[in-house]
Amino acid sequence: MTQEALTSARMARPSLVLPRAHGYGIILVILAFMAALPLVASTYVLTLMVPFFAFAIALLGLNLLFGYTGLLSFGHAMFLAIGAYTTAAMTSKLGIMSFELILLTTVAVSVLVAIPVGFLCVRYTKIFFGMLTLAFGMLLHSFLFKFYGITGGDQGMRVLRPLLLGMEIEGGKTAYLTGPFYFYALGLLALLSFVMWRIVQSPFGLHLKAIRDNEQKAAYLGVRVARMRLYAFVISGIYGAIGGSILAISVGLADPEMAYWTQSGNLVFMTVLGGSASFAGPVVGALAFIILQDEVMSLTQYWRFVMGAILILLVIFFPRGLTGIADSIAARFRGGQ
Amino acid sequence: MGVLLQANNVSKHYGSYVALSDVNMSIAEGEFISIVGPNGAGKSTLVNVLTGFLKPTKGSVHFQGGDIAGIGPVELGRRGMARAFQLVNIFPDLSVRETLSVAVASRLKRIGNPLRSLRRDGELQEAVEDVAAVFGFSQRLDRTTRTLSQGEKKLLDVASAFALQPELILVDEPTSGVSTADKHGIMELLVQAAKRTGVKGIIQVEHDMDLVARYSDRIIALQSGKVLADEAPETFFRNPALISAVVGTRTPVVAERRRA
Repeated sequence: MTQEALTSARMARPSLVLPRAHGYGIILVILAFMAALPLVASTYVLTLMVPFFAFAIALLGLNLLFGYTGLLSFGHAMFLAIGAYTTAAMTSKLGIMSFELILLTTVAVSVLVAIPVGFLCVRYTKIFFGMLTLAFGMLLHSFLFKFYGITGGDQGMRVLRPLLLGMEIEGGKTAYLTGPFYFYALGLLALLSFVMWRIVQSPFGLHLKAIRDNEQKAAYLGVRVARMRLYAFVISGIYGAIGGSILAISVGLADPEMAYWTQSGNLVFMTVLGGSASFAGPVVGALAFIILQDEVMSLTQYWRFVMGAILILLVIFFPRGLTGIADSIAARFRGGQ
Repeated sequence: MGVLLQANNVSKHYGSYVALSDVNMSIAEGEFISIVGPNGAGKSTLVNVLTGFLKPTKGSVHFQGGDIAGIGPVELGRRGMARAFQLVNIFPDLSVRETLSVAVASRLKRIGNPLRSLRRDGELQEAVEDVAAVFGFSQRLDRTTRTLSQGEKKLLDVASAFALQPELILVDEPTSGVSTADKHGIMELLVQAAKRTGVKGIIQVEHDMDLVARYSDRIIALQSGKVLADEAPETFFRNPALISAVVGTRTPVVAERRRA
């Protein structure tokens, strides 16, 4: 019987089928849409999209930790703040204006922070991991808030517009943000989403998923659980910091609120909104959040109330988020044929 | 035949409770050993000590010549011992292919580069499909594990341990919670798979005396943390006192069946 199975398996060898690309497909559609958007959209809409790129990048990182490794960080805004303050310090204190150099430094700083913080946090899982990351996030917030001399306290730190590819950009802030910087940030999102897609499709990514599903079993199959969790933490920190850098440039300011726990909460909200089970979920979530927040804020001053209600409805009725809803609709459509 | 695993005077104490007392045992290349004994006899502790998960209070466990006390699961696998569990132990959201790939990726050291493609790794995929074929999973490679039957899940657990290509495999009640009809199927597969994949020794913990009698080369009976007997099935099942000490009353039936 097994011999039979063996032969049939060998005959069916060309089973190296392509991975189901729907997760990445959604991202490609969004990227293409965003590339074309400046042709039709107003300046206002374009200035909204730059923070979207920033959040999308940060969330791709967060979801490597949450959706793929099973660790929910409630302090991920600390990496946004690390990116933001690194960018602020380099542009307004040190006068280093090359965005490429700023990005490299941002990555370096985030790695330096993520390694010790991650080393302590990944020893714990579930709520303990969440609380510990929350604590580190609040620690950074207090530091940024209290050390006025270094960080500017509640005033924050100004972020100047950096040079892109060494080029000085003519025109004002809006022209910069909706023109060259828009495309630069979009390019970064394209690059980093591709890299993340490769990561989650790799044996490395598979080991992360194995940890999420069953860490004991994973260890007996050779998965180095603590080390892999640390790697995931560091990668997600790098993504967070790059997102933070872009965000700070679009706002023009790095302020302590970026590290505050509500910001971490927003990141988790966006992930749940889009759906953590799907690769594209966080990106969809970030876009939906930006649009929703803008719409609701213009309608009512009680926008936080509305956002809270949406979160409750989502968790109860659509725990798999917007991409989950899309999946169900697609499945029903296929089933109906 | 060389000795694969050897436990010398192993004792394990939990405070004043003695879980294992002066246990000596070994497994040679080509052997299939069953560990039997009533609940609380120390089987689980012994398994945990033999796999390096627990450090013995006294004595030592040598595998491939090295002491493995407390080395942990990853190092255990690297040295060539794999373990499957009593309770169904799977990755619910991974497919069968992914489950086997986890082990093969560890074995082939594919983790260093996080941008390496899993799907386009021919050597890895081939190894996965070979293991799948041995265990009859070829047609179900893309099934999500949670949708498999209980017996299939157990089998996949065992198959994933084999995917590490270990020298020695330790299975804890591979057939518990599986229908009687399927039990023999799983055991046959286990033995066949060992032959085909070059596994040199199997240690199993098993309650089902029928399976123990049919497949073991040697039976180690534990009682109250001590080795009560270490014998071939032929001599073991000829000793009614021994059998009743280990399992109680059902055993004569088993002994007869074996002769039949």
